[in-house]
Amino acid sequence: MKKFLAVLHARNMEFLRDRSALAWNLAMPFMLVIGLAFTFSGSNKEIYKIGVVGGNEKLHSAAPTLQSTKYIQFIPYDDLDAAIGKVKHHQMDMLIDVSSAPKYWINSSSPNGYLLERIIWGAEGKRFERQTVEGAEIRYVDWFLPGILGMNMMFACLFGVGFVIVRYRKNGFLKRLKATPLGAFQFLFAQLVSRLLLIMVITAIVYAGCNLFIGFNMQGSYWTLLFVTALGAMSMISIGLLIAAHTASEELAGGMLNIVTWPMMLLSGAWFSLEGAQVWVQKVALVFPLTHLISATRAIMNEGATLSQVMPHVWVLALTSAIFIAIGAYVFKWE
Amino acid sequence: MTSPIIIATDLVKQYPGVRAVDGIDLSIPKGICFGLLGPNGAGKTTTIEILEGIHLPTSGSVLYKGEPLGTRYREEVGIQFQHTALQEFLTVRETLELFEQLYQQTMPIPELIELCSLADILERDTRKISGGQRQRLLLALALINDPDLIFLDEPTTGLDPQARRNFWELVKLVKSRAKTIVLTTHYMEEAYALCDEIAIMDKGRIVSRGTPAQLLSEHFGDVVLQIPNADSGDRLGELGLNAVQAGDMLEIRTNRLHHTLQQLMENGINLDRLRIRAWTLEDLFINVTGKKLST
Repeated sequence: MKKFLAVLHARNMEFLRDRSALAWNLAMPFMLVIGLAFTFSGSNKEIYKIGVVGGNEKLHSAAPTLQSTKYIQFIPYDDLDAAIGKVKHHQMDMLIDVSSAPKYWINSSSPNGYLLERIIWGAEGKRFERQTVEGAEIRYVDWFLPGILGMNMMFACLFGVGFVIVRYRKNGFLKRLKATPLGAFQFLFAQLVSRLLLIMVITAIVYAGCNLFIGFNMQGSYWTLLFVTALGAMSMISIGLLIAAHTASEELAGGMLNIVTWPMMLLSGAWFSLEGAQVWVQKVALVFPLTHLISATRAIMNEGATLSQVMPHVWVLALTSAIFIAIGAYVFKWE
Repeated sequence: MTSPIIIATDLVKQYPGVRAVDGIDLSIPKGICFGLLGPNGAGKTTTIEILEGIHLPTSGSVLYKGEPLGTRYREEVGIQFQHTALQEFLTVRETLELFEQLYQQTMPIPELIELCSLADILERDTRKISGGQRQRLLLALALINDPDLIFLDEPTTGLDPQARRNFWELVKLVKSRAKTIVLTTHYMEEAYALCDEIAIMDKGRIVSRGTPAQLLSEHFGDVVLQIPNADSGDRLGELGLNAVQAGDMLEIRTNRLHHTLQQLMENGINLDRLRIRAWTLEDLFINVTGKKLST
């Protein structure tokens, strides 16, 4: 234990005294959140979103010309309750259910829902039964905050751990440690815990700081959010450990880290929702821990999801952490 | 003779296309400073890293105090690598404290600070200390677990002559505490000053081993007379001496010193600037390996 604590303390000191890196780790997410909040503060959506339960073919038979209307995106849904939740939080402008007698849902305070209702009324075909839901709009900033923080964590975890270990290996520090009784698992676990503690503190500071200016939506429990965030960070640190377990080349490690981070950045839903994307793309996105971290934190913050409701994401994050750490420790090379 | 602290038997290290270590047998007695010398590519780094337990041999065995290398070895051995880095942004004191925590038994830090003369730089960032101070710190880290066996891999490479000599004094102090030291160096002067016993490696094998004095007397039964070219005159070539040009000097090798001097005087050679040079380990090294040392 004292070996682990010694390495943990030394790594924390190294990080905290590297002022330029520390400042960058704090400033970058602040700038992103504040910048994007201002950039997307206006409501300038040009595409309306209609969720469809029951399939497009049934919708076509119920309202033959509706799907040819320009500027409307039709998104298939299986889960009616989840889709109603989207309308409730203005994440979807209308929901149509054609699995039985045609119905539609709009949020009574949504201007877009009001306009789409006029289009439904004017469309040819069957008559749709009107349903309304109530609920406050989730601003774009509330939607993208978990994505931005998650993405920042991803970079800080993967590169912060991956590059550091490769640097240690390249400059011979790991070889020096190999000559001591320190075990590989003790060393790796200290790196993991050090990065986890620091990233959690930084993320909390960024969240609290931005919250002063913007005032984020928070429907769920802060403890659940903290737990899921820590698990997500651990999962991504473990990927960094795995990538850095063997190589002494910063170029190779950089390439491997980019191969992992770019798909996560694009497909995990950090910047845009994958609703309406090809099914296979949505399935591929589920491979990435960042997707689960962002989905779970969005659900907690915006929909008030409890721990049991985000349990599928929690399991994925816990399992990926355990698997990547175990493989990383097994294949770890000091030199 | 004291019992060996470490014994290597028939060590072989095979890399694709290269046999870096080719059947080395070594037995190092307790309490001595043992020097491992060899030209670049001789296999001495590979050999020493096998002895340190950093690499495994392809075949052969290493026993420390009669046991295979294991956890006990890690606790009881001290290593100063030639190239190493330390955790950045830590002071000298914090670096010592970090390594102290990695061992069960340690030398008291104040004693180590005094032994390695680190008192003046304790609060300095390890990235901002001089080469000599850094080597003293690395030696302190190698000694932190109060090891019985210490490996010093080219510890003075890159140091200025004064810093090198200071480091030698430090090694002599460590040696006086009955520690066993295994030293590799490119400086024959260093090996001569510090080592009780040396082994010269070439092409993965040990080609010569013994105390420096033993080896010099075994390989060189003669002495070298040095006469400046300007004083040697025209007749020297006719005397049938074993003479070679060495820069602006003529070097004459002889095992009959008195006779040769008489011969030179009788032939009117000016001996005012004559020098008699003893053979050095550098000469031995060239004699044994056919190569000059390259630093």
